[in-house]
Amino acid sequence: MTAHHPITEDDLHGFVDHLLDSARRSEVQTYLVAHPEIAARIASYSRQRDALRAAAAPIAEEPIPPQLNVRHLLEGRRRSQAWSWRSMAASVLMLAVGGAGGWLVRGAAVERPETGGIVALAQEAAYNFDVYGVDRSHPVEFGPTDKAQLVSWIASRIGRTVSVPDLTASGYAFMGGRLVATPHGAAGLLMYSNGQGQRLAMLVRPMAIDRNTRMSEHSYGNTRGFTWASNGTGFSVVGPEPADFLHPIADEVRRQEGNTM
Amino acid sequence: MTDMASLIEPVIPSLRRYARTFVRDAAAADDLVQDTLERAISRWHLRRSDGDTRAWLFTMLHNLAVNHLRRSARRGRELPLDDADESDVAVPPTQEDALRRDDVLAAVGLLPDDQRGVLLLVSIEDVSYAEAARILDIPVGTVMSRLARARARLLRLLEEPGKPASDRHHLRSVQ
Repeated sequence: MTAHHPITEDDLHGFVDHLLDSARRSEVQTYLVAHPEIAARIASYSRQRDALRAAAAPIAEEPIPPQLNVRHLLEGRRRSQAWSWRSMAASVLMLAVGGAGGWLVRGAAVERPETGGIVALAQEAAYNFDVYGVDRSHPVEFGPTDKAQLVSWIASRIGRTVSVPDLTASGYAFMGGRLVATPHGAAGLLMYSNGQGQRLAMLVRPMAIDRNTRMSEHSYGNTRGFTWASNGTGFSVVGPEPADFLHPIADEVRRQEGNTM
Repeated sequence: MTDMASLIEPVIPSLRRYARTFVRDAAAADDLVQDTLERAISRWHLRRSDGDTRAWLFTMLHNLAVNHLRRSARRGRELPLDDADESDVAVPPTQEDALRRDDVLAAVGLLPDDQRGVLLLVSIEDVSYAEAARILDIPVGTVMSRLARARARLLRLLEEPGKPASDRHHLRSVQ
């Protein structure tokens, strides 16, 4: 007989799920014969598994409804495909969340900052703005004339296409931007300034969670902002201005990011 | 394109089944599957060419479903079932009850989201433990502990004698 490995709880579940090789399976069987109480529990788990499978099986037997028909979905895309393949991919990544008006959560939004979700993104935007937004000598890595280079640099590092919102109608000129580090990977920081030298910034990065989240308001120190996520891309617009001043600008950014199609 | 369709289509029935058993709302479940498919189509070029299409689709669906539930839960106060006193939610098994079909999915709905996801993937969708770990982005050890807790808890919920499912509806509030 080979070296004896004690039976683990994992083995018992592997037994229930038919995932053990035949040698281990027979060891577990031997063990269960010797331990009737555990055998009763494992038999219950097996019945539970069978009941679950039986109860759920009819769902997978239903005919696929038209809105889940891949061929229809593909056809729908091709028909509305007046744009290039590349921007098409970008548009779907950046589709705005529908519905007007942001979802305002003052303070209450500050929960679970460790998760990498929308709250973390808001903090990252504020921290980066606190560092780069006040920098007088080198606030951006690429200026407005190198926009294409900047956009391609950020896109290559965050794995999605980025568009630079035009905020001239709101009185803000594009200053340029840079790649920045966050606890959740690379992010793009785009900076704007108005005629008085007041700045604001937008941070954009992929979202592992909170991938579609309505706009929420936040405030860290003197930096206020609005953050949301759409189709896996998170956006945060931050600056020193009052929230009611920033809010329409954030709405405008969201509108433009939603219109990149 | 047809290559894409032929890889995605066979997975759709089990995506629907997972979504519906996970969120317990048929319309919301199909919406989540539709979001998943649209996303898959638009990001087809971003998936790892050596990757498993099914696992990739399940990963997207699961993340969408968790976000959906999280948003729904924000409307109400949320107390994880794990924090509830065990004696509040179930009594120990006193007899071998036959599992009733309509009860079992309702009882699964009472499990915490993270336990329910593991249980459904493993028990119904025939996802291996390692694959479940990749889909849920957690270590295999965590898959195993969630599975063990899910099965133990479900056993208590189902073998609670003489209680119809409707009497357990109040449990939703502590989930």
